[in-house]
Amino acid sequence: MASVPQDHSHGHDHSHDHDHHPTSWTRFFTTTNHKDIGTMYMWFSFVMFISGGIMALGIRAELFQPGLQVVRPELFNQLTTLHGIVMIFGAIMPAFVGFANWMLPLQLGAPDMAFARMNNWSFWLLPPAAILLIGSFFVPGGAAAGGWTLYPPLSIQAGMGMDMMIFAVHIMGASSIMGSINIITTILNLRAPGMTLMKMPMFAWTWLITAFLLIATMPVLAGAVTMLLTDRHFGTTFFNAAGGGDPVMFQHIFWFFGHPEVYIIALPAFGVVSQIIPAFSRKPLFGYASMVYATASIAILSFIVWAHHMYTTGLPAAGQLYFMYATMLIAVPTAAKIFNWLATMWKGSITLETPMLFCLGFLFLFTMGGFTGLVLSLTPVDIQLHDTYYVVAHFHYVMVAGALFSAFAAVYYWGPKWTGWMYEEKLGKIHFWWSLIAFNVTFFPQHFLGLAGMPRRIPDYNLQFANWNMVSSVGAFAFGIAQIFFIWIVIRMIRGKSGIRAAAKPWDGAEGLEWTVPSPAPYHTFETPPVVK
Amino acid sequence: MGASSHASTAGKYYVPESSIWPLVGSLSLLLLAFGAVGTMNKLNWGWWVLAAGTAVLLYMLFGWFGDVIKESEARLYGKNVDTSFRWSMSWFIFSEVMFFAAFFGALGFARLHSVPDLSSIDAKLLWPNFAGTWPTTGPYIDSPFTPMGAWGIPAINTLLLLLSGVWLTLSHHALIANNRSKAIFWLAVTILFGVVFLALQVYEYIHAYRDLNLKLTSGIFGSTFFMLTGFHGFHVTVGAIMLAVVLVRLMRGHFTAQNHFAFEAAAWYWHFVDVVWLGLFVVVYLL
Repeated sequence: MASVPQDHSHGHDHSHDHDHHPTSWTRFFTTTNHKDIGTMYMWFSFVMFISGGIMALGIRAELFQPGLQVVRPELFNQLTTLHGIVMIFGAIMPAFVGFANWMLPLQLGAPDMAFARMNNWSFWLLPPAAILLIGSFFVPGGAAAGGWTLYPPLSIQAGMGMDMMIFAVHIMGASSIMGSINIITTILNLRAPGMTLMKMPMFAWTWLITAFLLIATMPVLAGAVTMLLTDRHFGTTFFNAAGGGDPVMFQHIFWFFGHPEVYIIALPAFGVVSQIIPAFSRKPLFGYASMVYATASIAILSFIVWAHHMYTTGLPAAGQLYFMYATMLIAVPTAAKIFNWLATMWKGSITLETPMLFCLGFLFLFTMGGFTGLVLSLTPVDIQLHDTYYVVAHFHYVMVAGALFSAFAAVYYWGPKWTGWMYEEKLGKIHFWWSLIAFNVTFFPQHFLGLAGMPRRIPDYNLQFANWNMVSSVGAFAFGIAQIFFIWIVIRMIRGKSGIRAAAKPWDGAEGLEWTVPSPAPYHTFETPPVVK
Repeated sequence: MGASSHASTAGKYYVPESSIWPLVGSLSLLLLAFGAVGTMNKLNWGWWVLAAGTAVLLYMLFGWFGDVIKESEARLYGKNVDTSFRWSMSWFIFSEVMFFAAFFGALGFARLHSVPDLSSIDAKLLWPNFAGTWPTTGPYIDSPFTPMGAWGIPAINTLLLLLSGVWLTLSHHALIANNRSKAIFWLAVTILFGVVFLALQVYEYIHAYRDLNLKLTSGIFGSTFFMLTGFHGFHVTVGAIMLAVVLVRLMRGHFTAQNHFAFEAAAWYWHFVDVVWLGLFVVVYLL
């Protein structure tokens, strides 16, 4: 971690500058302020998180008991499909882009993002995409129902809801690409004098590499869904064997995007954790350089392992072996990260405030998700477990306990900087333990269900799966309620209900330029760059 | 950037004031998406919404780029902003490379894997007579076509695009040498070559449909042929529009010998489109 001088007096840059921000009702529609835009990203993310969560609860309600009780099978399929897309593109990714918008200029000592106007467009493209996705439930034929991976031939036979999905993917892709170009340019060109690349906070490093992944893979996904669209409406046969095409080709192109996408979600989460664990261990991050190299290695490897999602499609044995070994290789840099975090905590003077708790939860559960990933990377094992609940359990350990927990950690860690108020520690801790327990009640039994052979994406199941499904559904509803509790905590923080004003640096172990500006951060910061020694 | 022109803003990074254009742009994409869904599903309102979306998009493009040009001419962009523009245009072109990669990948996959596989021993039961040679309509589509030859119009088009790159470089050198009229002349010639290229592409498509029975529906060959050339043609169109805007700005006296990134960005884009065509010419027409 950079040895950022802490002697910047508060208000160093803005002592002459009153905190004047526009007050008209158009403020958020036309803003070019990275803090406004970051805030909008986060609220959008939360709304989509609740929408996707309601879909998930629809799924779990149906699976509470065997038989068909709550939703029709067609609607069940739409719910699983849209739950995936909405959570990935609507909830997790925008949350981390929101953190990037708020924190990168503050961490780098930049006046704003490199392209402030385009930044606002990146955000405002998301509501139209959300309208297309949610609206598709209400058109004839309903929403896309072939799974979030949009595999043909189902996606080619589907109704107009699939067209809305395709255009939503296009729009979200454009948003991601513009956002990523903005982030890369900001990091490469707007760092304060003296902040060399290897002095940057880890959050900036992980976002630099994530943005590269996004620019490299989002266009590929756009190409894939464009071919779906022409197959659907214009008589092409890219994914149709009758015309010499191949439905499996879609899977190759999709997963060329889809596997890096996993790290697009995970890397910024790693970045958040790499900020918080040192802060609450009161030690610098262990192995900073190796963290950077591990992040870059993960990114590069993510491009050459895609077919481990496709072991059952009839790959040649040589291909299966290659993808198995390449996939296992990713465990090496990932383990380097895990051990670096552990070594950071070693002999640190650790306190367990809510952000740290969520990071420890992340560490424990993400590692478990990583181990089940290792299990699934074994071709012969995966052939048994493919499309079972074991896979569902695996990626929810990575996505929920990994990415979502670190997003919670970020909100508690940086929230005082955003709002100027501390959250209520007791409530935060309740939120953590409630989420942790409910999460494990929901998803741990799904390992058992998958190993016993329960397939995913099916609204009904055999009687022997009944007990664990009931447990899982109870856990899911408890987890959902915990997140309503979470937003209540956040609203109380915004309103200052704790009664404790946040200091410029509320965490004594925290490091970085973001803690040199007052809390809440003034509307304009670092209009002239600070000097980092 | 001229060193003297931004002395007062030295060290300050230009952050634009609030702007309505992002919101207008989002509205246009929302309308375009719904319009496209409507037209593709044969709904009456589709075309109207599509037209409205296009109108709003044009309004946004004129407004937004108009603002950027005004700011640029007011010398609000310092050296730092110029560097940002260079990074962003490079990464944008990289994203376009990856977009094309998806379609090139589809062509490669079809030729190297799926077509041979459909004629393999495993598929003999389904399609005993399918030879698996390229070009093909696939095993089930019975509508024979003649593939597009490489050495007619496509070869001429290759020459046109390569030469247009040369003319563009001449124009750039003239601009750097402060010879504005020469820069305008060669830039106009560049655009003319681009337009002729597009006209020949249109003629080629008509020829394919009318004489060769080569259509979008001609199986995997037609799919990849029209997707790759059509997508490229769209990019040539965009590139030509970018160059045309730069031409108008040159004629109005914008740009200086040192400060003309819009020209350079459009030129980078044009060269990128050239390079894609060379790849296309080899794998779509020659091989």
